[in-house]
Amino acid sequence: MTGITEPRGMTKASLRGISWLVYVFFYAPILVLIIFSFSDNRNVGVWGGFTTSWYADFAQDSKLTGALSNSLQIAVVATLISVVLGTMAALALERFSFRGKQVFDALLYLPVIIPDVTMAVMLLLFFTQAAKWFGFSKGFSTIALSHIAFCISFVSIVVRARLAGMDDKLEEAAMDLYASRWQAFRYVTLPLIMPGILGGALLAMTLSLDDVVITQFVTGAGWSTLPVYVFSLIRKGVTPLINAVSVVMLVASMVLVALSLLTQRLRGDDPA
Amino acid sequence: MGETRDAHETTTAADAVAISGVTKRFGDVVAVDNIDLNIADGEFFAMLGPSGCGKTTTLRMIAGLEFPTQGSLKIFGDEVGTLPPNKRPVNTVFQNYALFPHMNVLDNVSFGLRMQNVGRSEAADRARALIKLVQLEGMERRKPSQLSGGQQQRVALARALVNKPKVLLLDEPLGALDLKLRQEMQNELKSLQRELGVSFVFVTHDQEEALTMSDRIAVMEDGRLLQVGSAEDLYERPANRFVADFIGQTNLVDATVADSDTIVLGNGSKVRATTSLGSGSKVAMSLRPEAISIGPRGSAPADHSEESLDGIVSSSTYLGHAVDYRVSVDWIDLEVRAGAIGAQQRFSPGDEVSLWWDRAANWVVAD
Repeated sequence: MTGITEPRGMTKASLRGISWLVYVFFYAPILVLIIFSFSDNRNVGVWGGFTTSWYADFAQDSKLTGALSNSLQIAVVATLISVVLGTMAALALERFSFRGKQVFDALLYLPVIIPDVTMAVMLLLFFTQAAKWFGFSKGFSTIALSHIAFCISFVSIVVRARLAGMDDKLEEAAMDLYASRWQAFRYVTLPLIMPGILGGALLAMTLSLDDVVITQFVTGAGWSTLPVYVFSLIRKGVTPLINAVSVVMLVASMVLVALSLLTQRLRGDDPA
Repeated sequence: MGETRDAHETTTAADAVAISGVTKRFGDVVAVDNIDLNIADGEFFAMLGPSGCGKTTTLRMIAGLEFPTQGSLKIFGDEVGTLPPNKRPVNTVFQNYALFPHMNVLDNVSFGLRMQNVGRSEAADRARALIKLVQLEGMERRKPSQLSGGQQQRVALARALVNKPKVLLLDEPLGALDLKLRQEMQNELKSLQRELGVSFVFVTHDQEEALTMSDRIAVMEDGRLLQVGSAEDLYERPANRFVADFIGQTNLVDATVADSDTIVLGNGSKVRATTSLGSGSKVAMSLRPEAISIGPRGSAPADHSEESLDGIVSSSTYLGHAVDYRVSVDWIDLEVRAGAIGAQQRFSPGDEVSLWWDRAANWVVAD
């Protein structure tokens, strides 16, 4: 079956070659990372036989597991709050017209555009000032707030894209069929934008889990997330322990993606 | 135009919908301009007009999807002006149907009942009965995307009717269907309405659809209500030039009123016609193509001497059931439609002919 859309001859060969190059470029480092996390040699890049001891070290290193637990807590809190706020912002921008809408729209996307370092400095200054007034210490709350601040933008972009593709007559139809505003949202709008919300949540969680720059600026003494801690370890010298940590994070994020795809497939939402 | 509005002018408690003095503005734009309209219980009522005339806005105000800027809107005697749609005893069949894409047919149809806290099994039973009524048995588990346009249309109908609305609103419900299916659905809608005895308020821009389906029709233009009446009223006694032109085909001849019995056409010829407008008023004479008789020059009957014009055939088109002539009469062209079967004579371009009509066939409208 050959048609005009099917590549032939040289085109076909070179397309295939380039595809493989791209796959290698993407996945070879991951493969190397995984292989060397099982290497029984302190030097990364030198194979010293198979071992799982780096994973055992990771599990026993209380600083590492503490940082991992911090990362997860922050990611969960930041994701939950930014998904709710980001979705609300998207709904407001897509469904209602109000005074200052364009300004709000532009401000909402600022964190996506401005460099991380700028954002980090801004937040640091803000928290330093705020600490004087309200007297809180830097650490969990400041990191969580910072992550929420930039995650909202990404969530609302993803949710808005989904909302824009939805026929707004559907909500009218629901209300015509005796649904209150809340019920119209719950049974019609929400199920239809759920893929967007899950996508946004996934993005927020990923961004929160691997943020280094902003977290490093706004964190307090003795308080660290996993990426920030790993970054500080690298300065002392790289061991396959870092590989093991990275593999764990990689597996965790793949599980997240798989879960989000699965929930979208299983979801059969019917009213009440 | 007051004279052609009919007897439904006065509000009674039995009116399904009573609109009085309703205006709707969107910013500076007046979408609906001070209209009065009464729709009787059990009536098949059409709102007809070109796009942007305010017919859909009026329908949406009855549904509660828009609120009037001004005026009163009653459904069976109850003022519903700013009541939200979920508090009104009306349901809507939306243009393009607005079926919930994530629900199957059964869930779509039972949605309204579930929102009114009808139990799950009772809602499903009542929904199944309606699905049967619209002949979609066996499709309960399908998603809207797996249905054809006609089937989606039926789901939309069932979804609205399952709630036993006191008034069913339909916004261009047949617009997305192809011609054959549209004619089928016209008949089905009409018989469904008769069976249920519920008022249907139907918005369309298709005048033929409005004429064939409705008990009464409201013609709108630029947010104003131009005329309300039966198909015959609108066709034979249009209230003004716009209605005469919009409903069916007609020849509109500019004229001036001479006295209550005579009008003067553009070329100075006098024609007998009844009008209540004062002498000197600018009017138009509406002559339907099929109401004009055609014959050889000088053949106009003597008793029609003051309802006739002479002209030259400029084109003739054979339509099967009729022949369409364009006849040049001095300063204008007139369209004449003559029966093809059993016609004594056929005319060719260049033939000199006389045209005449019955006095009752011409209708004078204000300009």
